[in-house]
Amino acid sequence: MEGLFGERRRALGALSTLRGKGGRGEELVTCAACGGEETRETMHRSGYVCPRCGCHLRVSAQYRLHSLFDQGVYRELEAAPLPDDPLAFPGYREKLEGLRQATGLSEAFLAGAGKVEGIAAVAGAMDSRFLMGSMGTAVGERVTQAAEYATKYRLPLILFCASGGARMQEGILSLMQMAKTAAALERRKKEGLFTVTVLTHPTTGGVTASFASLGDIILAEPGALIGFAGPRVIRQTIGQQLPEGFQRAEFLEQHGFVDRVVDRRRQRETLALLLRLHQPPAKRRKGGKAG
Amino acid sequence: MSETVTAAQRVALARSPRRPTTEAFIEALFTDFFELRGDRRYGEDGSILGGLALFRGRPVTVLAQRKGRSLEENLARNFGMASPEGYRKALRLMEDAQRFGRPVITFIDTPGAYPGIGAEERGQGEAIARCIAAMSALTVPALAVITGEGGSGGALALGVGNSLILLENAVYSVLSPEGFAAILWKDSSRSQEAAELMRLTAGDLLALGVADAVIPEPEGGMDGGPGDVQVYQALGEALDRELERFSKMSGAALARHRYQKYRRMGTREKRRGSR
Repeated sequence: MEGLFGERRRALGALSTLRGKGGRGEELVTCAACGGEETRETMHRSGYVCPRCGCHLRVSAQYRLHSLFDQGVYRELEAAPLPDDPLAFPGYREKLEGLRQATGLSEAFLAGAGKVEGIAAVAGAMDSRFLMGSMGTAVGERVTQAAEYATKYRLPLILFCASGGARMQEGILSLMQMAKTAAALERRKKEGLFTVTVLTHPTTGGVTASFASLGDIILAEPGALIGFAGPRVIRQTIGQQLPEGFQRAEFLEQHGFVDRVVDRRRQRETLALLLRLHQPPAKRRKGGKAG
Repeated sequence: MSETVTAAQRVALARSPRRPTTEAFIEALFTDFFELRGDRRYGEDGSILGGLALFRGRPVTVLAQRKGRSLEENLARNFGMASPEGYRKALRLMEDAQRFGRPVITFIDTPGAYPGIGAEERGQGEAIARCIAAMSALTVPALAVITGEGGSGGALALGVGNSLILLENAVYSVLSPEGFAAILWKDSSRSQEAAELMRLTAGDLLALGVADAVIPEPEGGMDGGPGDVQVYQALGEALDRELERFSKMSGAALARHRYQKYRRMGTREKRRGSR
């Protein structure tokens, strides 16, 4: 997993300009893959997909929700705050405080309710800037609350995953969030409610082994690293190099674990189509959506 | 529980090759065990043993992660590290248990799910996720026992019970202390320090509300000697008590109980001391 984290640090470093709060004007964003530079304005319009090489750069949870919902409008689902640092882990509280300041997020998952091409939906997004999008008690609680909210109002649920897995600093309680989130999605399944998960770079560990893999439909972004065990752990265990493209989105599609790899620039229309195709018959007849 | 045993020592005891494998527990606690093999999808994974048995005269489904006692056994069982086929077999047997109204009793002893190329190709994450989701929603009683190592998601896949029982020297953690130290401090040799911080002992897990009961072990831990008999006995009593309790609940109430149990995890600093 260390290799993954190293890669992530480099990518985040390359993207450090993304965190700037200034105007979009002439500020340059560097592609983590090809090193090409584009103005923030251009990148923003292209969904932070590099126009030169097609690399899908990391985006914030706020950006995900903003670019999904109609006119960028959604109502944030506020989560009841949980006690920070349940295991009293050294240095963890300070780390959380720093990240809250830096990201404007209170945790690594943000959820909102709004409309996608006129269809009411709940969506949530993980943010890899926040401790690598790792799932601790707060993330588990928010994912579960978003799922339960969507279940209560019988709404479709869209979950954008981006996570290194369980959050180490919360130990066993992080592991328990896998059971909690998986159970919340299983309830939706039994209620006949639609959930789509979008696996983005990277989706690994405990998140892959829980809610990310439980969507009725599973989409993935091109090139995203998706897997249970990290590549470094596998390399160490088997003592050989991993095949080219191993654990990438396209690899998962080939092996039958992802329905479709979808370019971020076509993601919104794809999700809107899937929501339309899952509307209850009554609503469909009313022709709520005419193209 | 002895206060002088450190968390790192408990990790060593949980992994000790002298510790009985889960097969010994099945032998001691059940009669008429009949093994069932295969996931009906791809293959058979010897690292998870599954079957039917009688527990004090009552039919149950038994699932057990198992390490081996010899190198040969360990190779056949992949040192207790399951592949997707193992979890899919477990899923199949849990679904069958539900259809036939049999309680499910699981025994957990694994370093974790197998991190290999084939396992990833065949959807290790998906297999574990499905197992967790299905177990959470079972409409029959589900009891889980961690006998040794409860390693990460690979252990949780069989651990979503109405009740989770740990043996005194069993451990349960999000990752091995070595892996934990490697990730957080880039230094796997600091595993002892990690073990202390991780709150992975049976006593810690009881205090955190993750474990529901702890079964005492003889001084120095289970070792295949005569002292083990008391552990089997106490565990048998505990399982009987929990089965009695949960058998009174309806299917819907059992699923709800499990949902709410996990729903609460981590939302309070401490749920209770001990029971």
